[in-house]
Amino acid sequence: MAEWKAAKPENKVLGWVEERLPILSLVNNVVGPDTPTPRNLNYWWNFGSLAGLMLVIQIISGVVLAMHYAATTGVAFDSVERIMRDVNYGWLIRYMHANGASFFFIAVYIHIFRGLYFGSYKAPREVLWMLGVVIFLLMMATAFMGYVLPWGQMSFWGATVITNLFSAIPMVGESIVQLLWGGFSVDNPTLNRFFSLHYLLPFVIAGVVILHLWAKKISDSGNPLGIDVKSSADQIPFHPFYTVKDAFGAGVFFFVFAMFIFYMPNALGHPDNYIPADPLVTPPSIVPEWYFLPYYAILRSIDFPLGIPGVFELVDAKLLGVLAMFASILVWLLLPWLDTSKVRSGNFRPLFKWFFAFLVVDMFILTWLGAQKPEGNIPLYGKIATAYYFAYFLVILPVLSRKETTLPLPESISNPVLKPAE
Amino acid sequence: MKLVKNIAIALTLGTVALTGANAADAGKHPLQIDWSFSGPLGKFDQASAQRGWQVYKQVCSSCHGLKYFRFRNLADIGYGEDMIKAFAAEYEVPGDVDDFGDPTVRPAEPKDAFPSPFPNENAARASNGGALPPDLSLINKARHDGANYVYSLLVGYDDAPADFELGAGMNYNPYFKGSQIAMAEPLFEGAVDYEDGTPATQEQMAKDVVQFLMYVAEPSLEKRHQMGIKVLIFLALLTILLYISMKVIWKPVKEGKNFYDE
Ligand code: HEC
Ligand code: HEM
Repeated sequence: MAEWKAAKPENKVLGWVEERLPILSLVNNVVGPDTPTPRNLNYWWNFGSLAGLMLVIQIISGVVLAMHYAATTGVAFDSVERIMRDVNYGWLIRYMHANGASFFFIAVYIHIFRGLYFGSYKAPREVLWMLGVVIFLLMMATAFMGYVLPWGQMSFWGATVITNLFSAIPMVGESIVQLLWGGFSVDNPTLNRFFSLHYLLPFVIAGVVILHLWAKKISDSGNPLGIDVKSSADQIPFHPFYTVKDAFGAGVFFFVFAMFIFYMPNALGHPDNYIPADPLVTPPSIVPEWYFLPYYAILRSIDFPLGIPGVFELVDAKLLGVLAMFASILVWLLLPWLDTSKVRSGNFRPLFKWFFAFLVVDMFILTWLGAQKPEGNIPLYGKIATAYYFAYFLVILPVLSRKETTLPLPESISNPVLKPAE
Repeated sequence: MKLVKNIAIALTLGTVALTGANAADAGKHPLQIDWSFSGPLGKFDQASAQRGWQVYKQVCSSCHGLKYFRFRNLADIGYGEDMIKAFAAEYEVPGDVDDFGDPTVRPAEPKDAFPSPFPNENAARASNGGALPPDLSLINKARHDGANYVYSLLVGYDDAPADFELGAGMNYNPYFKGSQIAMAEPLFEGAVDYEDGTPATQEQMAKDVVQFLMYVAEPSLEKRHQMGIKVLIFLALLTILLYISMKVIWKPVKEGKNFYDE
């Protein structure tokens, strides 16, 4: 860990506060001039700060929406329409919030896959990585419940399908589902508790983000070469170098974000959500938001039990599917111990590179599959894509980390002369 | 730039996945019309929207509600206050209870929402052979490719092919899912007498009513488009500025300067 440097503000008042609550020092040591950071971070390292900015945007726009939103089944849809029509700039706030969720996920997905490629989960950053996985899980819960709030057809039926998954859990499943619903179907109590939790969870996320940054301070940023910092020559101060680089990245990212808000605000949503929820009319296809599609595809791919079908089923098909869906994210928690290669960066792992590229393609395929009706060859493709997904983590990485001949690593970040292979 | 490209690719794939998802059981692909409101500089065509209001009022409103639309909103498509008051006064809405506690009705005012043609869903179904005419306030956003879809639906009525089994009271329309719809062809040549003298062909009326419905579904569209240009120009300039600042600030780093040994 880089040493702690106390800030000494010139201003008397600030100095007085600082002595009692060293908040400037905190900023200074996490994203300030006294935060030594590897000098070779590339643009993939921009997405952490972007995710943070998106969280702030979601919280601010969300709090404003909550001033006008009514979480009661009879009026929820109307209240969102009132926001769109009668509240000053309500349409802007709502389109920001709805598209903001998508852009939050885009930033976080890139951030995560950056970590997967550059080995950000390896020692000493295991806890930093695992906190990231916790943030992702909380985001998924938050976005899922947020999507229920406008109480359109997809809100209602998405909530019904997803909450029903929990009924697969033996013994307690039914009780869990009733607890989520607050009754015997998705109804007013469900909407109320989802709103309450949708308001709460982003602040829990903010809390875990603080832990995430704390862990980052302890282990320092990784870097694209994946080698440790050898001397101060390898580092530059976070401010102004990475602040300006992050700001530039934010400019580009927000430009694309604004294109969606102003010119295709509904492109990432489903038109059925502009139809008020109707428990008596099932939509022709129930499709989750795009960021859930890979896991939805995995869930639907598992249509067979663990054991011999019909004879001896250790785990039935429905439960196995649900387990697989959760496992597909929880497996990330085990990554530091599944991939034991000493080389962090994919740049120096000639075989790993290819398997990783396939994983990225596999994710896109799963996303696509998740949106298809499970007919024809789709379930078969789903099984293949799911098999590769799990094989990557559970088979390929453990084997690769033992067998792969890695390329020689550079001497240091500031002096990237290759040192001979070990 | 590579980054932007990657984001763009990811987004496109995501959108393709989403839109592809529902193509399967939808009807025929809608006709593509060059709407005045599409594109980054798109605006409403006021004359067309006014004609569309006339079509809606004289044809569609006998079956379809428009519950998020208030008479005062007509100001946005170019009607003056007196006109709006007059339009509203043609309709009756529930008023306060009178001194004897009995319900009353009063003429609608500009602040009122457009009254629904039926008191409730059952009444609506009973008058339409069991089918429910949906509220049209959001119809252009509640269907894939909404504006084109509604237009195609209105002009797409046809004789059913010989081998097609049409249900009782149903009409053949290939753009509707399942190709048969309970709504009878609502628009035929001359169904309205346009105040501005435009010939009322089926295509013309369909275009006009879609223009009007687009305004009803997305009243902020013009404001959004205009603000978007400003925001994008601002962000582009800011980003260029930040890029230049970054290049200047990073110069010593690129030259290999060590910031820690003094
Ligand atoms: C005589 C009553 C009647 C009139 C007049 C009428 N409709 Fe309909 N409309 C219906 C009914 C009934 C349905 C439901 C059809 C179904 O579900 O099969 C419907 C459905 C629709 C739909 C929804 C199609 C879908 O995708 O679900 C649209 C759009 C529509 N009408 C537009 C219009 C427009 C625009 C007008 C005026 C030009 C109009 N209608 C006039 C009765 C009517
Ligand atoms: C992690 C951050 C957040 C995410 C990912 C998120 C996501 C979402 C999503 C996907 C929707 C549905 C949007 C739509 O389709 O209309 C939504 C709606 C909503 N959210 Fe959030 N949200 C976040 C934070 C918040 C916060 C902090 C609040 C309140 C303080 C909030 C309040 C609301 C309200 C009131 C709605 C309903 C209005 C609407 O649907 O537009 N959100 N949210």
